[in-house]
Amino acid sequence: MTVQTAAAPPRQSRELSLRGRDRILSIASPIGLLLIWEIAAQLNVIDTRFFPAPSSILTLLYDMVKSGELLLHTWASLQRLFWGIILGGVPALVLGIVMGLNRTIRALVDPIIAATYPIPKSSILPLALLIFGLGESSKIFMVAVGVFFPVAINATTGVREINKIYLDVGRNYKADRWNMFWTIALPGALPVIMTGFKLGIGIGLILIAIAEMIGAKSGLGYLIWSAWETFAVEQMYVGLFMIALIGFTLTVALNELERIIIPWKTS
Amino acid sequence: MSPGAVPLRPVENSVAAARPAIRIRDLTKTFGELTAVDCVSLDIAPGEFFMIVGPSGCGKTTLLRILAGLETATSGTIEIDVPAGSARPDNAMVFQGDSIFPWMTVWQNASYGLRMRRVPPAQIRETVGYYLDRTGLARFAGYYPHQLSGGMRQRVAIARAFANDPHILLMDEPFSALDAQNKLLLQEELLHIWEEHKKTVVFITHSVDEAVLLGDRVMVMTAQPGRLKQFVPVGLERPRDIMELQGAPEYGELVHRIWASLRDEVQRARELENKIEARK
Repeated sequence: MTVQTAAAPPRQSRELSLRGRDRILSIASPIGLLLIWEIAAQLNVIDTRFFPAPSSILTLLYDMVKSGELLLHTWASLQRLFWGIILGGVPALVLGIVMGLNRTIRALVDPIIAATYPIPKSSILPLALLIFGLGESSKIFMVAVGVFFPVAINATTGVREINKIYLDVGRNYKADRWNMFWTIALPGALPVIMTGFKLGIGIGLILIAIAEMIGAKSGLGYLIWSAWETFAVEQMYVGLFMIALIGFTLTVALNELERIIIPWKTS
Repeated sequence: MSPGAVPLRPVENSVAAARPAIRIRDLTKTFGELTAVDCVSLDIAPGEFFMIVGPSGCGKTTLLRILAGLETATSGTIEIDVPAGSARPDNAMVFQGDSIFPWMTVWQNASYGLRMRRVPPAQIRETVGYYLDRTGLARFAGYYPHQLSGGMRQRVAIARAFANDPHILLMDEPFSALDAQNKLLLQEELLHIWEEHKKTVVFITHSVDEAVLLGDRVMVMTAQPGRLKQFVPVGLERPRDIMELQGAPEYGELVHRIWASLRDEVQRARELENKIEARK
C-alpha cells in the first residue's frame, strides 16, 4: 500500500544493513543474558533459591502449558484486560474528544480529571474490592481506571493541537459539524490518541497483575502470588515471563495497528 | 483615523466592468486596538486575475480571510455576484503554507470540497481526475502528503481549490514557501489552468514580480493600517509566457512602478516594527 518516493539507493541499503545489525544485536543481548544466568546457576555462583536456572523455569513452563494450567490463568488475565480496555477506553475517547472540541465541557471536567489523575491507581484497589466485591468486576474496573486517564487526556490534547489551518480548510470547504469531527478532528488527533491507548494499556497490565494478587482465584497475578505463598520460585518466574510476553505482544500488535489505521504517520 | 495616514489617490478602476464579481465597500476590520484593514473599497471584474501586494502585516491576509468567510468584517460590505440558484460555492481558498490534510491521500484531498458538497461520485471522479491530470499529480493519487515534495503538496492544494469549481479563487501567497524553480513552474501551471476557465482570482503576494507575471491588475496596500494605496493595471498580453515576459521592457517598467509605490510602505512597516520592538 505505501509507496516509497525515490530515495538514494546507496543510503537506503546502508540504512537496511544497519537495521539488520540492530535486529541481530537486539536478539543476541537477551539470549546472552539468559546464557550467563544459566551458567551462573549451574555453577552455583548465584543463589538458585531466588534465581533458579532458566532451564528449570522453562521445564516448568512446558509442564504448565501441557497441563493447561498456564493457559487458564493467562486467558483469565487477558479477558479482564480486554474488557477493562473497552470499558475504560471507549468512554475516555468520547469524553476526551468532546472536551477537546467544547470549551464549556472542558472547563467542567478538566478540574475533576486534574484532581483524580495523580492518585496512584493501585491505591484504590481496596475501594474497588469494597464496591465490586471479589469477582471479575473489581479487576475489570481497575484496568478500566488505568486506561481511562491517558486516553481521555491524550484525546483532548490531540484535538486541541490540530493545526488551526485544517479547521479553516474545513470551514472554507463547507464541512458540516459531523464532517468537522469525522474528517478533521478525529484523524487529526488519532496519532496522539493512539499514544494514549499504548500508555493506558501498559498501566492496565500493571494494575491487572496487582488486582489479581488480592482476592482472585485465577489470573497471572494470582499465579505469582500463590507461588510466593508456597515458595514455588520457578512458578513465580513463569508468571512473570507470561506477563512480560503479554506486554511485548501487545506493544508489537499496537504498533502494527497504528501502521494500519494511521498510514500517514511518517515514523 | 490613525496618525500618519497616507492620502489616497483617486481610484483607477478602469478594468472593473459595470457588474463586478466582487464589490467591496468601506471594509474595515479591527482586532482590539489594531486596525488591520481600513476602509477598503474596490470592484473586481468577472474573470479578472486580481493581485494584492503590500508589506507584511498590512492586512492583506485579513482581507482575503474576510472574502473567504473565515473572518467577519468590523464594518463595510462585501457583495459577491453569484448567479441565483448556483450550486457552485462562492469561493475556494489556497492557503499559505501546508494546508492539505496529512491523513488523506492526494485524491481524497483534491476531492474534499466536492465530497463535502455531496457531488455525485461519478462527477467527482471526472473532475478530480481532470485536475490531478492538469497538475501532473495523476500518478500520485494514492500517495500521502508526507511522501510528496513541498511543490507537489502545493499543487494538491491548487487542484483541491480548482476541483471545487468555485466562482472565485482566493490565493494567499500560495508559492511563498517554495524554492525559486518550483515557484516558477507552479506559476506557469497556474496560468495554464486559469486560461481554460478564466475564473475570478484574488491573489495575495509579497512579490512584485509575481504580481506582474500573473495579474491583470495590482492593488498596492499601505502599511498598517492596511489601506488601498494604488491600482496598477497590467496590460500584458495573454496567454503569457513567464520566461519571455521577464525579458520584456514593459515588464521591467511595471515592476519598477509597483515597487516604487510599495517601497515607501515596506519602509514604513519596518519603522512601525522597530517602534514596537523598542517599546518592549
